[in-house]
Amino acid sequence: MTRHIIINLFRFIILVLLQIFVFNHFQLMGFINPYVYILFILLLPLETPKWLLLVLGFIIGYVIDYFSHSIGINIFSTVLVAYLRPVFIKYVIPKLEPGPDVRISIKQIGFSSFLTYTGLLVFIHHITLFYLEIFRLSYFFITLKHAILSSIVTIILILISQYLFYSRKKL
Amino acid sequence: MRYLFAFLRNNNIFFLFLFLEIIAIVLMTKNRTFTGSVILNSTSQFSGSLNKSYSGITDYFDLKKTNELLAQENAYLKNSIIQINNTPNTVTPPDTIYQYIVAKVVSNSIHKADNYLMLDKGRRHGIKIDMPIISDQGIVGSVVAVSENFCSVMSVLHKDSKISAKIKKSNQLANILWDNMDYQRGTLTDIPSHIDLRVGDTIITSGHSLIYPEGIMIGIVENYNTRTGSSLNSAIIKFSTDFGSLKYVYAVQNSRLEEMLLLKKGVEND
Repeated sequence: MTRHIIINLFRFIILVLLQIFVFNHFQLMGFINPYVYILFILLLPLETPKWLLLVLGFIIGYVIDYFSHSIGINIFSTVLVAYLRPVFIKYVIPKLEPGPDVRISIKQIGFSSFLTYTGLLVFIHHITLFYLEIFRLSYFFITLKHAILSSIVTIILILISQYLFYSRKKL
Repeated sequence: MRYLFAFLRNNNIFFLFLFLEIIAIVLMTKNRTFTGSVILNSTSQFSGSLNKSYSGITDYFDLKKTNELLAQENAYLKNSIIQINNTPNTVTPPDTIYQYIVAKVVSNSIHKADNYLMLDKGRRHGIKIDMPIISDQGIVGSVVAVSENFCSVMSVLHKDSKISAKIKKSNQLANILWDNMDYQRGTLTDIPSHIDLRVGDTIITSGHSLIYPEGIMIGIVENYNTRTGSSLNSAIIKFSTDFGSLKYVYAVQNSRLEEMLLLKKGVEND
């Protein structure tokens, strides 16, 4: 239990720092802006209570908003993802039973399940975030393009991080 | 009543979700002005100093480019001095209405729909709301929020930005908008169709908005297609400012702004 808390606290800090100091300055083609901090919500332990998921989503959204010149938009999209997470776990990864050593990772749930789970939630998060940020319908298609391309970059980064951090550990 | 409590208890996760989302919506709407832009309160001391120490680290990587830009600006200023000295018959030199405050960019964004910069100068250094920010290359934006040691600048790359501009060779007034989400290009609108505008023409600020001084470089015309039948055309311009690599900028203090605003207000009241 304490191990879970330490790991997730550590992941929280690393992801927030990466987001505000690296990815908020990421300028690929001028508009691709990956929001990798959402990985924190995606990787929380399976047995995390639903209310805690929502509260943690609110906290990390607030912190990111505070540092990236936006107010409320990261909170909104992250809380939405935190609310939808249990539903996705139930339908995308049905065979997983909660246990002390069960983690959401490519090694344990398989590549395709992990990709579907991460992919869908990242898309939902980015599309909500980009539309709230622009707040106008006149940019509908250009925003959609930006959201989809940024989501793809985020998903690729998440997959790379999986292979970087979990490949050496036990199966 | 008991059913209501039971209902609330059974759906408490959903209500918590609703509650948190409502907080987010309230935060979003409370901080949006009628034009839809976000007013910043992140000019706070903490995020400001964090950004400042971060830019202190990354500055080393850009030293070479910063030096080159400074050398270029020096050369330009030296040339202007020679020009002024070579024309001794000029009437008395104009009063210095404008004073420049040098500021360093501590955070910057270019890829969002609303882009903001944060500078390391604030109220203590004389920065005020609505002050124009320029760089040696051209316009940058205007101040929207000030704290003691920092200020937030609404970049020209903002979907609500509208700058009164003019075509340098003909003095024809027009407006600059940023609506294509490309950090290098803006749109020059409201160009009367009889105006002869060519690709490569220079666009500068008009000075009519009382924010930017007159004659600050904005960019050059990159693409202009006249449409038959419409009386007002628009053109694509390329900004002279490289927003992606801004390091040092100037806040322009207009010592006569208050007088001008007072007069304007007086006229409007009559």
